[in-house]
Amino acid sequence: MSADRSQPQRYDVAIVGAGPTGLFAVFELGLLGLNAVLIDTLDKPGGQCSELYPEKPIYDIPSWPVITGQGLTDKLLEQIAPFKADFLLGRRVNGMTRQEDGRFLIGTDAGDTVDAGAIFIAAGAGCFTPRRPKLEGLEAFENRSVFYAVRSRAAFAGRDLVIAGGGDSALDWTLDLVSTARSVTLVHRSDRFRAAPASVSAMRALEAEGRVRFVEGDLAALHGAAGDLSRIDIRTKGGTVELPADRLLAFYGLNIELGPIAEWGLDLADGKLVRVDTEKFQTSTPGIFAIGDINHYPGKLKLILSGFHEAALASHAAFKVVRPNEKLRFQYTTSSSELQQRLNVAPIAEAAE
Amino acid sequence: MSETGAKIVVIDRAGERHVLETVEGWRVMEILRDQNTGIEGICGGSCDCATCHVIVDPAWADRLPAPRDEELDKLDELPLIEKTSRLSCQIIWSDALDGLTVTIPEAA
Ligand SMILES: Cc1cc2nc3c(=O)[nH]c(=O)nc-3n(C[C@H](O)[C@H](O)[C@H](O)COP(=O)(O)OP(=O)(O)OC[C@H]3O[C@@H](n4cnc5c(N)ncnc54)[C@H](O)[C@@H]3O)c2cc1C
Repeated sequence: MSADRSQPQRYDVAIVGAGPTGLFAVFELGLLGLNAVLIDTLDKPGGQCSELYPEKPIYDIPSWPVITGQGLTDKLLEQIAPFKADFLLGRRVNGMTRQEDGRFLIGTDAGDTVDAGAIFIAAGAGCFTPRRPKLEGLEAFENRSVFYAVRSRAAFAGRDLVIAGGGDSALDWTLDLVSTARSVTLVHRSDRFRAAPASVSAMRALEAEGRVRFVEGDLAALHGAAGDLSRIDIRTKGGTVELPADRLLAFYGLNIELGPIAEWGLDLADGKLVRVDTEKFQTSTPGIFAIGDINHYPGKLKLILSGFHEAALASHAAFKVVRPNEKLRFQYTTSSSELQQRLNVAPIAEAAE
Repeated sequence: MSETGAKIVVIDRAGERHVLETVEGWRVMEILRDQNTGIEGICGGSCDCATCHVIVDPAWADRLPAPRDEELDKLDELPLIEKTSRLSCQIIWSDALDGLTVTIPEAA
């Protein structure tokens, strides 16, 4: 939906973060007739549940005696499907400005602008961002010769590529780019990999054929000029190995940091959590709410179920911000034909009302 | 808190030294997180997030139970580690560790 960037898309609520809390907020807003857009730095919804523990069981989701992290995300997506929220994935929310009419404009690092009547910060533990190696002069090379993700394979075609890391991303891209790059060297601190065994054997086979080189060691230094990489030094047990290279892909997992929201002028706790009240889960800026792991109030528990509860209360409060002249009727999904219409389910007999 | 008064010594990201209370049976991550040392422990101790990385004083490294493969593999994901790097969620406090000294490295 990045079609026309000159005219920002209008929503009732913009939700920063598509973790379980942000996803459930779509549902609570949807019941009230409010539409939403979800923005997340990850390229998939689900936040920590899908990024950090998709296969692990969770036992304290009410009425789910056990469900995996990914299972929970899938069920939430199914539950919110009727409300057709827009997803802007793979983009970080950066700036926020308030317009004269009181609505907000939110910008992303991909250049999108979203116009929203209220904002829900459901940013969890913060933005997932790639961990960067600690190397002198790294910044000059970043986004020119050093990358943390593959946006287009063409950037590596015909290149002498070094891939650093020992997880699935490092292994998968080694296997993928071996046919397009001029050379591929995989660098990892140990000869054990935290990746699918099949990818490890495939990499070993390519190594045996001489198509991939594996070096056990750590990145020690980058050489080159004006952001163009020419050589990478690797610290190994046997001394420094110099690799001629003009591209580096580093996969050291993800770091989590509050990121740009810290600059929004909101009242923070410890510099990394957003303070809210417990009536509306509103921040120190009216119209901006914070729900889920990112917020702080006396007695806060960082549990998924707390995020769900907070989403419901914030949604009711947001209704009054977005539709100041309308009256909010409290209704149950079991008995309201209006809610059932919004949910796209066959309304039960009128008598139920 | 520990009945014997066993203490853990922590050097935080600002380089300041703190002598902290401990609780027998708690993960070191939990002890550090509870006392606002800047340790996050986002995953609650399941070796999934590496936000509880500490560097153990070399004098103590061999006196701790050795890391399991899962911990070593997670540590290997970090761009920079030291020989005595550990994930503090994988160290269970016992009063025998009285005086254990750890440094919290700069966030990666
Ligand atoms: C291993 C593990 C086990 C756990 N087990 C349990 C359990 O058993 N029970 C339980 O209740 N909880 C558990 N938790 C905690 C639970 O996962 C969190 O409470 C929950 O994920 C919080 O949801 P959230 O939506 O608030 O935030 P998150 O899941 O953290 O999602 C926030 C999202 O916001 C995005 N984001 C942040 N800032 C920006 C920005 N500026 N721009 C764009 N996107 C942004 C992030 O990329 C992220 O995807 C566990 C956590 C872990 C890691």
